[in-house]
Amino acid sequence: MAIGLHDSTFKNPVIRWVDQRLPVFTMIQKEYGSFPTPRNFNYFWNFGALAMVNLMIMIATGIFLSMHYTAHTGMAFDSVERIMRDVNYGWLLRYVHMNGASMFFIVIYIHIWRALYYGSYKAPRELLWILGVTIFLLMMATAFLGYVLPWGQMSFWGATVITNLFSAFPIVGEHIVTWLWGGFSVDNPTLSRFFSLHYLLPFVIAGVVFLHVAALHITGSNNPLGIDPKGPQDTLPFHPYYTAKDSVGLVVYFIVFAFLVFFMPNYLGHPDNYIPANPLVTPAHIVPEWYFLPFYAVLRAVPDKLGGVLLMFGSIAVLFILPWLDTSSVRSMRFRPVAKWLLLLWGVNFFVLMWAGGMPAEGIYVTISRIATAYYFCYFLVVLPVLGRLERPLRLPESISMPVLRGGGPILAGAAAKPMEKA
Amino acid sequence: MMRGFRNLLGALALGAAAALNPAPARAAGEAIVLPDVRFSFEGLFGTFDRGSLQRGLQVYKEVCSSCHAMQQLAYRNLVEIGLSEEQARRIAADFQVPDGPNDQGEMFERAGRLADRFRRPFPNEQAARAANNGAYPPDLSVIVKARAGGADYLYALLTGYQDPPAGFSLGEGMYYNAYYNGHQIAMPSVLNEDQVEFADKTKATVDQMARDVATFMAWAAEPELEQRRQMGVRIILFLTILAGLTYAVKRKVWADVKH
Repeated sequence: MAIGLHDSTFKNPVIRWVDQRLPVFTMIQKEYGSFPTPRNFNYFWNFGALAMVNLMIMIATGIFLSMHYTAHTGMAFDSVERIMRDVNYGWLLRYVHMNGASMFFIVIYIHIWRALYYGSYKAPRELLWILGVTIFLLMMATAFLGYVLPWGQMSFWGATVITNLFSAFPIVGEHIVTWLWGGFSVDNPTLSRFFSLHYLLPFVIAGVVFLHVAALHITGSNNPLGIDPKGPQDTLPFHPYYTAKDSVGLVVYFIVFAFLVFFMPNYLGHPDNYIPANPLVTPAHIVPEWYFLPFYAVLRAVPDKLGGVLLMFGSIAVLFILPWLDTSSVRSMRFRPVAKWLLLLWGVNFFVLMWAGGMPAEGIYVTISRIATAYYFCYFLVVLPVLGRLERPLRLPESISMPVLRGGGPILAGAAAKPMEKA
Repeated sequence: MMRGFRNLLGALALGAAAALNPAPARAAGEAIVLPDVRFSFEGLFGTFDRGSLQRGLQVYKEVCSSCHAMQQLAYRNLVEIGLSEEQARRIAADFQVPDGPNDQGEMFERAGRLADRFRRPFPNEQAARAANNGAYPPDLSVIVKARAGGADYLYALLTGYQDPPAGFSLGEGMYYNAYYNGHQIAMPSVLNEDQVEFADKTKATVDQMARDVATFMAWAAEPELEQRRQMGVRIILFLTILAGLTYAVKRKVWADVKH
């Protein structure tokens, strides 16, 4: 790049003056205006944008909540109730933040599902996927820390159970737990550091989201056919086509969100968290928030504590190496007649784990958790590596525009009739 | 494109199905079925029956408040259940609340004001336990949100006192309740026919008192409920119209593209 003023194409003198010195307008135009985007996205491709909006909502409401919240074991519960009662629209802020966490996980789970179904994790998008899994992991940590802050019974006992998991590690385990707690039990130092970290991590997430988006704009988006765009006839400029389409999804998302916040704000929570934390009274059943239940089921499926902890971490860790586990070069499940059904089964299995995680760890529930846990891993570690070699994929269309425009349509000269890169 | 939309709806439905099953883990033993009481504040558009709230306040004041605190509430909040400021002020003045220290460094008691929180029956948990056979009567401010079943559960508990079934061994100073977890509760049956004399001449049956006090507790736990639902209706109507417009814009933008 040459040194000197940027060669701006903007006509407005003020925008031009800025753009010549700091080409942010050129960048926005390039990345969100004319950015070539596959023309065949379905509505599953809304969820990345929705997640971005959700993150901004969480940060905005969180900043205002923190102005009224008190991170002290003796005052936290009451300060939350004060927000609900005496702070102007405090109940709205809190219910948006609280249900925003659930919405965030709904959006992210659908976003991840999209990536699994259409093979968005495969080359050349491996790093994009890894950054995404990193965001997911950070989200889980942030959500856990945030759930502790109201200092209700589930906050306290959830924090106790989850931090105690680290004690399963030999030798260093106990030290890690003491270090996490800032003492010898979950207490005031724990609460105040959790508050600090809960405020910090969303900004770390925002940073990784930036990298995630930057990486996306290098490889370009995947699409429901899983084949690469061959030329301009296969893409559309992001604006106005996908800004318009994302807007539709965004409004629908807001409707679902609003319904939760205004009509059933506590439905996804646990009643015990409206009981102030009491270290002397253990709740009959300690359950995490719904979005952690599948992983909680994995944890409890193993009779050995360390084994359970390792397997639970493994259920996320396996996602990091997923791009190399799947040996098929066909991205979209539309063209993988066998894998498609096994992935759908994996999806159902995920809900089975979620259900089992909310049940007591006894009898038939443990057996079901074990079977479901086995399939969770089996899909990644056995099905994908082996099936990629055995399965005979359906014939891929020659280009994205082909099936739409029947026979290729007005394909620009030179872009047509390129041989398939992948069979 | 329609297929894309159906996919999305399917995904949302799946998400919702998962979300709609928070299923707090339950003991695998017997399931206690709560009676389904018809409350004025149920449903998407329900509001609190002001008469019921005021009767419920009276039940709380005359019965519950001798053991149970409601620390999150202040006397000023009572104007929200339809009392005048003067009435709320008089209720507050009926209570002596601790204050201080004064200029001499002494703590003292004075008549309650609107700004005071509901006076606690006991100064601390230990005093409460000492007076209640070792049991701690919980604060009732958010009790409706803190129990599965909410107001239905409260009603059931208050009306659920029975003689223990044969062979049930009841602990010393404990009572049998059909709806309490484990059936042994330290709180005796407190509601008896005509126990309070309602200002509005409503007959004070046990059912009526339990219903009214459960309504009052529901309001205490969620005083924002009516405002929240009103706002929700407006916002969802607005968003529905916006969704239609946005979809129309999207179709117009995409009209010249085959997809």
